[in-house]
Amino acid sequence: MNDMQFLTWVRGTGLDIAVSIFVLGVLWRLFEIYSLGRKADLAAPRDTPGASGWHTIFRRSIPPQGMVKKSPVSYIGGYTFHIGLAIVVFLFAPHILLIKNLTGLSWPALPSQFIDLVTVVTMAAMVVVLADRINKPVKRYLSTFGDWFTWTLTFLPLLTGWLAVQHLLLPYTVMLALHILSVELLLIFLPFTKLFHAFTVFGSRWYLGKINGHKGVAV
Amino acid sequence: MSASLEKGVRVLKEVIDAPIASYFNSCVHCGLCAEACLFYTETGDPKYTPIHKLEPMRRLYEQEYTLLGRLGKLVGLSKPVTDDELEAWKELVYNSCTLCGRCSAVCPVGNDIVYMVTKFREGMSASGHAPEGIIGAVNRTVTIGSPMGVKLPAVKAQMKHVEEDYGIPIPLDAEGAEYMVMLSSMEIINFPEYLAAIAKIMKQAGKTWTLCSTAFEATNAGYQIGNSDLARVLVMRIVDGAEKLKVKTVISPECGHAYSALRWNGANVVGRPFTFKVQHIIEVLGEFQEQGLLKTEGFETDRLTFHDPCQLARRGGVIKQQRNLMNMVAKNFVEMPDAGYMNWCCGGGGGASAIEEGEELRLEAFKKKKSQLDAVKPDRLVTACANCRIVLEEGLEHYQMDIPVVGLTEMIAEHIPDQTAENGA
Repeated sequence: MNDMQFLTWVRGTGLDIAVSIFVLGVLWRLFEIYSLGRKADLAAPRDTPGASGWHTIFRRSIPPQGMVKKSPVSYIGGYTFHIGLAIVVFLFAPHILLIKNLTGLSWPALPSQFIDLVTVVTMAAMVVVLADRINKPVKRYLSTFGDWFTWTLTFLPLLTGWLAVQHLLLPYTVMLALHILSVELLLIFLPFTKLFHAFTVFGSRWYLGKINGHKGVAV
Repeated sequence: MSASLEKGVRVLKEVIDAPIASYFNSCVHCGLCAEACLFYTETGDPKYTPIHKLEPMRRLYEQEYTLLGRLGKLVGLSKPVTDDELEAWKELVYNSCTLCGRCSAVCPVGNDIVYMVTKFREGMSASGHAPEGIIGAVNRTVTIGSPMGVKLPAVKAQMKHVEEDYGIPIPLDAEGAEYMVMLSSMEIINFPEYLAAIAKIMKQAGKTWTLCSTAFEATNAGYQIGNSDLARVLVMRIVDGAEKLKVKTVISPECGHAYSALRWNGANVVGRPFTFKVQHIIEVLGEFQEQGLLKTEGFETDRLTFHDPCQLARRGGVIKQQRNLMNMVAKNFVEMPDAGYMNWCCGGGGGASAIEEGEELRLEAFKKKKSQLDAVKPDRLVTACANCRIVLEEGLEHYQMDIPVVGLTEMIAEHIPDQTAENGA
């Protein structure tokens, strides 16, 4: 297989396989989790404005008072790399083009120099949160193979994409193919690792808000 | 009740629901919950990280309710939960968790960690890994009627004392009264002022109320230990009493867990909605204050601060009332850092204070409360939970801090104009 054939495969068959596993995986996992259901709460509810599942979905994006000071790297690093990822994934012109080809939807892109900058900042933030995971006793204690593995899965698409755009290290065709391959790996593993929080975070916040909202506590 | 690992696993499988599954899948191991837990902040030991306290339940969830987990179990990649493991987790699930809920308040993905701990306790209890101290309390409540072994004659003796001292009759089993007042053993034994306070307050408000001879104990150790069957027996006593006396409202005493157990879990353990209302005494006082039924005179002039019981404030949604009541009778009321919704636990909630072997850790964790108190240096500390009060007193004594602890209800009652004179007139 030469470089071009490799690129063709990851763009065609490879992408089909990855997207299929991703879509079916996400659907299965969502079913597996939420079909467990929960019992109705029979206690008389207490209504308080702002205490509901929907409120909590949004409210939990804001750090509780004093917490940023206690763990600045978690918050600042966390915000930076999540927002950075969203910008790079959804606002880079070639990505929008791909999404347009797949779904027909499209929207305006950001200038590629800006995306370059965001990519570098995002990678830097990811390195910092990784260092924090290694340094902080609690984070290190909680960490399992899954944490190192998913960090790598998330970091590789950023790195290979940036190298491809910069024409560094390997010929563009190979680097681009590696970039797409790394995204495919990310898609395949996302439903079955902690990366799945990208989906369940909304359900979790909603339940938290709903269960506590029943008691009139806005969480 | 025979407990076994098999039974524990069965119970855990039953209690794992969609919220728990969602929570386990959302955890990204950020460890922020540790920063919210006084057992971690005061010891620096990462094993006290709240989400880690659930590890055996997480594995069981994965093995039973996820496709990959089932496969892993089948090929032996994932080890089953064992008795030894659960025994080792006892310290984490009971001694070092007071169900205070601060972890749930900070988790960025929205995991209700304390909700999971209460469910995990059900499995721990069914598998025979609950601490002796709480088991004893549950057994005494079921067989004798109260966790501290208090029986009706003790309550009657106290009623008599109050009647003699204040000249106010204490109604017992009065059918059709508006309020049925519950007590906690702690109040019957250690804080008799509470009953007198209620009598004065109710008299001034012109409300009818009663104690119930078959349901005077409000605490529910069955809920703390995680045994729904026993929790149900204890709640049913109150339901039967309230329905027999046809009261409108049952008043939970100054006890955080009694309130949570009855107000939020009661209907769920008995399996039907209540026919009466449940209110914490502080909610009732708040209502009386709003309706102008609570009239006080004079002020406390020393420096006072208020310790929010977790189950009343963070887990129960009662936060403003106690502050309005404090301001009604105190000129110099100061708030501790983090007061209100994010207040730090006394360190002995959730049954933890009943665990003898947890005392050393509890006192270590009390350093958090100490630092909160050091920040405002109050002359006295007011609270609204008899269990907090005992734990606070122990901690203050240990650290040689001379700060008396008082209950809010009795402090309010002290400012109610003397009614004995009126009666005599």
